[in-house]
Amino acid sequence: MKHLLSAADLSRDEAVLILDTAAELAAVTDRSVKKLPTLRGLTVVNLFFEDSTRTRISFEVAAKRLSADVINFAAKGSSVSKGESLKDTALTLEAMGADAVVIRHQASGAPHRLATSGWIGGSVVNAGDGTHEHPTQALLDAFTLRRHLRDGAGDLAGLRVAIVGDILHSRVARSNVLLLQTLGADVTLIAPPTLMPFGVESWPCRFSYDIDAVLPDVDAVMMLRVQAERMQAAYFPSSLEYSRMYGLDSRRMAMLPEHAIVMHPGPMNRGMEISADVADSPRAVMVEQVTNGVNVRMAVLYLLLGGRQEETR
Amino acid sequence: MSATVLRGVRPYGEDPVDIVIADGVIVDLVAPGSGDGEVIDADGLIALPGFVDVHTHLREPGREDAETVRTGSQAAALGGFTCVHAMANTSPVADTAGVVEQVWRLGQEAGLVDVRPVGAVTVGLEGQRMAELGAMAESAARVRMFSDDGKCVHDAVLMRRALEYVKAFDGVVAQHAQEPRLTENAQMNEGELSGRLGLAGWPAVAEEAIIARDVLLAQHVGSRLHVCHVSTAGSVEVVRWAKSKGINVTAEVTPHHLLLTEELVATYDPIYKVNPPLRRAEDVEALRAALADGTIDAIATDHAPHPREDKDCEWAAAAMGMLGLETAFSIALDTMVRPGLLSWRELAQRMSAAPARIGRVATQGHDLVVGAVANIAVVDPSASRVVSGADLASKSSNTPYAGMELPGRVVHTLFAGTPTVRDGALA
Ligand SMILES: [Zn+2]
Repeated sequence: MKHLLSAADLSRDEAVLILDTAAELAAVTDRSVKKLPTLRGLTVVNLFFEDSTRTRISFEVAAKRLSADVINFAAKGSSVSKGESLKDTALTLEAMGADAVVIRHQASGAPHRLATSGWIGGSVVNAGDGTHEHPTQALLDAFTLRRHLRDGAGDLAGLRVAIVGDILHSRVARSNVLLLQTLGADVTLIAPPTLMPFGVESWPCRFSYDIDAVLPDVDAVMMLRVQAERMQAAYFPSSLEYSRMYGLDSRRMAMLPEHAIVMHPGPMNRGMEISADVADSPRAVMVEQVTNGVNVRMAVLYLLLGGRQEETR
Repeated sequence: MSATVLRGVRPYGEDPVDIVIADGVIVDLVAPGSGDGEVIDADGLIALPGFVDVHTHLREPGREDAETVRTGSQAAALGGFTCVHAMANTSPVADTAGVVEQVWRLGQEAGLVDVRPVGAVTVGLEGQRMAELGAMAESAARVRMFSDDGKCVHDAVLMRRALEYVKAFDGVVAQHAQEPRLTENAQMNEGELSGRLGLAGWPAVAEEAIIARDVLLAQHVGSRLHVCHVSTAGSVEVVRWAKSKGINVTAEVTPHHLLLTEELVATYDPIYKVNPPLRRAEDVEALRAALADGTIDAIATDHAPHPREDKDCEWAAAAMGMLGLETAFSIALDTMVRPGLLSWRELAQRMSAAPARIGRVATQGHDLVVGAVANIAVVDPSASRVVSGADLASKSSNTPYAGMELPGRVVHTLFAGTPTVRDGALA
């Protein structure tokens, strides 16, 4: 594996290997050893064309725990905001000797472009591109699901997961559908028809417009952020109607099976897609998702770059 | 004036003859080897009337870094064209007699093809006020085709008035059919693939709804309508219905919509970014069938040069459009003639006679008969070549066919009797 551009790039075995590696790394870093020498001498660039402090920090911590040198290259305060192109930025990073570029970009496909254009030689990790994909988010979600519902081992065969919210604009949903399906889970997307992607019928999952019909039969529900501004584009009439029809409140949470967990990739819109009491309930695993994010990203960087360091030696 | 002889050439792929040309006109068709004059060897090659493009972006004035009237004319001649219609979306926009005359003069100076400026329908392509269509029609450029191409004349009243107004000088409105609200920020054909790639969709209905409205408007006011770059099976159905009702509508299809499909977008390589977008295989099939049965009248290139930096970027930031002039014949051969969908005579209709008629260009699109203006493309259908952007005469290199082996070659082009291309190179 040279790049991680899409969750579709991962076979079941590759995905399980990443999750297993993340579990091992978590075990090691839990025990006082906060830093491993694995990627010493390698350079990881966080290239963020779009603000996302949480994802950027997660990758930064992951790379540093593996002893990589980290360069944060943000659109703001760099030449990017003055209009330097993706290409010129890439050539600059290549000249700096980047071994991996973690890219967040508002344009769908920008990581593919970076990986296939010949502009750089290093590995490319997609940290979220437009409304396309966010594969490490899906990996951390899978890791979280496995830890809670599958004793932290193997795949997710038979697991029932509902993903609720703005599926149309969600890179998290796209990556999760692909990855969870690869791992054997049974995914149901829930949204008003206006926020369902065109052609969803042919996706490898189910879909429904009725959250109440689905909740009693799932092991986990993943709530997606819904921006209130979407109502200006007539995706739904009002925040109130959205949260009444699709929001997760305590009444709906009570419909979930006893063991089911509540997830959210963050940042949450309390009162919109999720009520405060649900967000703060013990069934909600959002804080743990953040921790798992670091471990999964360590695993991804380790598996992409581990071999490269052998060469360097 | 001395005569020129196209020796041993096969008009429309039929029996070989010598075509004798003098004073820019075909003066004789005689047995091979018997024509007198300066000989151009065309033994066994096929002669077709010079191609006419009703949809070309020459970029001058304003974007001379992408193309000029001269380089675009060179590309056209090398593609077997003897006439191109230069779209109005230049800078300044070709919305006045002054600008269309400037483009027309630049075409005359280049002298390789008839450059027929297309006038903008609305001032600045803004869709607000009608441009001075009459002044452009009366100018030295004798504009007959009007289009806001790149943008749709979406205001129904303006479209109606424009359709009516151009009747006074036998003009035509060429509509870029794209409902703007349905295609805000659109990046590719809307379908299962756009959903998967996370690229905002350009739904077929946004094209079809405008065409449906416009054919009904044309019927209501008894005007002539031309539909640019038809790209969907549904649009074909609407045009077919309109023609069955006797509505005066013509339509064009681009070479790329006859060959390429949306799957190419999965590479996220903006070389495949074009407007209207590449569609599904079913659409390609429907377009080929419609061109074969005459529902679509003409092949038009929508030749759209862009400098490297406008394609060397992420998909969303890239410009829309691809080169077409120097590959159009090859694509037509590959998609239409070889599969038996069009005979050579029918291809001549679609690439020369019909577009000349749509643009009301009296000196173009003639059959290869005595007395016709000697606008002639001589082609070798048995040749083939691997396309390379660097080899093209166009100032830009944004061809989606780079690296592909395409059949056929334009060997000679004669423009009003004068060779503009000989042996595949500019004369
Ligand atoms: Zn157009």
